[in-house]
Amino acid sequence: MYQYIARRLLLTVPVVFGVAVIVFSIVRFLPGDPARAIAGVQATPEFIEQVRVRYALDEPLHVQFGLFLQGVARGDLGRSTFTRRPVTTEIAERFPRTLLLASVSLAIATVLGVGAGIVSATRRNSLFDNASMFIALVGVAAPVFWLALMLQLLFAVQLRWLPATGMGSWRHVVLPAVTLGSASAALMARITRSSMLEVLRLDFITTARAKGLTERVIIYKHALKNALIPVVTVLGLQFGILLGGAVLTETVFAWPGVGRLLVDAILRRDYPVVQGTVMLLALLFVLINLVVDVIYAYLDPRIHYQGGGEE
Amino acid sequence: MSTATATDATQVEQKRKKTSEFREVLKHVVRNRAAVAGLAIIGFFLIVAIFAPYIATHSPTQTSLVSRLQTPSAEHLLGTDELGRDLFSRMVFGSRISLNIGLISTLIGVVVGVPIGAVSGFYGGKLDIITQRFIDIMIAFPGILLAIVVVTVLGVGVQNVMIATGIASVPVYARLVRGSVLAAKEQSYVAAARAAGLGDISIIFKHILPNCLAPIIVQSTFQIATAILWAAGLGFLGLGAQAPTPEWGAILSNGRAYIRVAHHLTTYPGLAILFMVLGFNLVGDGLRDALDPKTR
Repeated sequence: MYQYIARRLLLTVPVVFGVAVIVFSIVRFLPGDPARAIAGVQATPEFIEQVRVRYALDEPLHVQFGLFLQGVARGDLGRSTFTRRPVTTEIAERFPRTLLLASVSLAIATVLGVGAGIVSATRRNSLFDNASMFIALVGVAAPVFWLALMLQLLFAVQLRWLPATGMGSWRHVVLPAVTLGSASAALMARITRSSMLEVLRLDFITTARAKGLTERVIIYKHALKNALIPVVTVLGLQFGILLGGAVLTETVFAWPGVGRLLVDAILRRDYPVVQGTVMLLALLFVLINLVVDVIYAYLDPRIHYQGGGEE
Repeated sequence: MSTATATDATQVEQKRKKTSEFREVLKHVVRNRAAVAGLAIIGFFLIVAIFAPYIATHSPTQTSLVSRLQTPSAEHLLGTDELGRDLFSRMVFGSRISLNIGLISTLIGVVVGVPIGAVSGFYGGKLDIITQRFIDIMIAFPGILLAIVVVTVLGVGVQNVMIATGIASVPVYARLVRGSVLAAKEQSYVAAARAAGLGDISIIFKHILPNCLAPIIVQSTFQIATAILWAAGLGFLGLGAQAPTPEWGAILSNGRAYIRVAHHLTTYPGLAILFMVLGFNLVGDGLRDALDPKTR
């Protein structure tokens, strides 16, 4: 097991390096002069020259990349060209908010998705099954930013139950979390249902029934444990959806998290912040997938730890 | 000489098998009510897109300050926006943009991703390891983020959105095809083709890939849906289509400011995106079930 974890950790090193290369390249591959891009549209030639020296943009590319990596290792991602504050400060301030939003969303998605999936599978072709699978289909297809606006319109503008935007009390979290979690809930419901149906057909379930166990014990103790394995594997995918969706959801609900920071930074051409945020989100995603892989290996004894990293 | 005739014969046999296989799949798709509904939705949007100039009641870009922010009426079926443009006509023309983005970006993903996956799986070894690590790096960008990164570098606009969502789908195809090719290259028909003296390239493209088509087709149907959603998301963020292009995501984003007084500007474009995506997802589900011998 430890060997497996070590192996997987080792495999992420080139990935992290590659992510750093791509993030570094964002500014360098921009059409035009990167110094001008950082300095801003209205900058004077002298200021652009200053920026070029300060950001070491006059050095050869490999030297620049070395400096960039050193900075990342020291936790120095440069300064925002808009607020002039260190990028790490900007991110540190906003990241907990995105994490809060994503966690609540994932909790909602798991409870709703897995719950609906189990009930659907045990009452196949019932009204509940058909209705929840229809909702799940729509949930996957609905654009997250549209759902956000519709929920805002209904619960904030018309019914006035919840605040439309901003952050503060728990009531501010409800709408963005439901919005962000909807697609994940839909996906989880579909996967749980099909996985549960597959497990319920297996021999050991028949054996459990023959032993005279109650349906409750069979479903929650025997079937669920096995049916959840595929659900766990898509957890990493869920986080991907959540982190990507956070960019859109945070924009609609004016939730001051990392996603909104990224969009604002792109629109303001604040490239140090773009680099820092993209780097953080990608690293986070890589780490989450690593954890999910380990949990998966732990849950499914059929996986061989040696060489388990390859498909 | 005799081997050549033998391969010809197997090819004819394969072709015959393929037509019956095609009919079999078609039969299963048609029997699936959800898939038929999906096909109907796609067909509807295709007709709207093709005949857009005949269906639209107004010009999609003609502004009219006297008829600003009107609610739906007989004159303006879905109302007007803040510049008095007819929302129905804008959405009719917008269907062209969304379908184009979905199809072209998926095509980019296929054209780039499939050969990468095929070569990686077929040759294996160092080439495979390097390619896979590269794919790992691309996959490290969650969801729509890779597309956002590419658009940041390329700049905004419909064309760049197509390229960005296309690039973002490359790793999906590379992974998928690599897996299929790994399984396919052990089959006896590959050994037969090799014995007949065929080169690697023609073995990969003429013999292996046609046998890996099913998962590629299924994935592409879902990918079109994803691309449409992502493109609309980019348009909504202001990173996609620019004014006055009637792209659905951009229309929706524009209408946000008027949601309290004219919510039709956000409601209808969102519904259009939802239905188009739903159509492709339903067909994808149907195709997956029809092409999978286990569920047939």
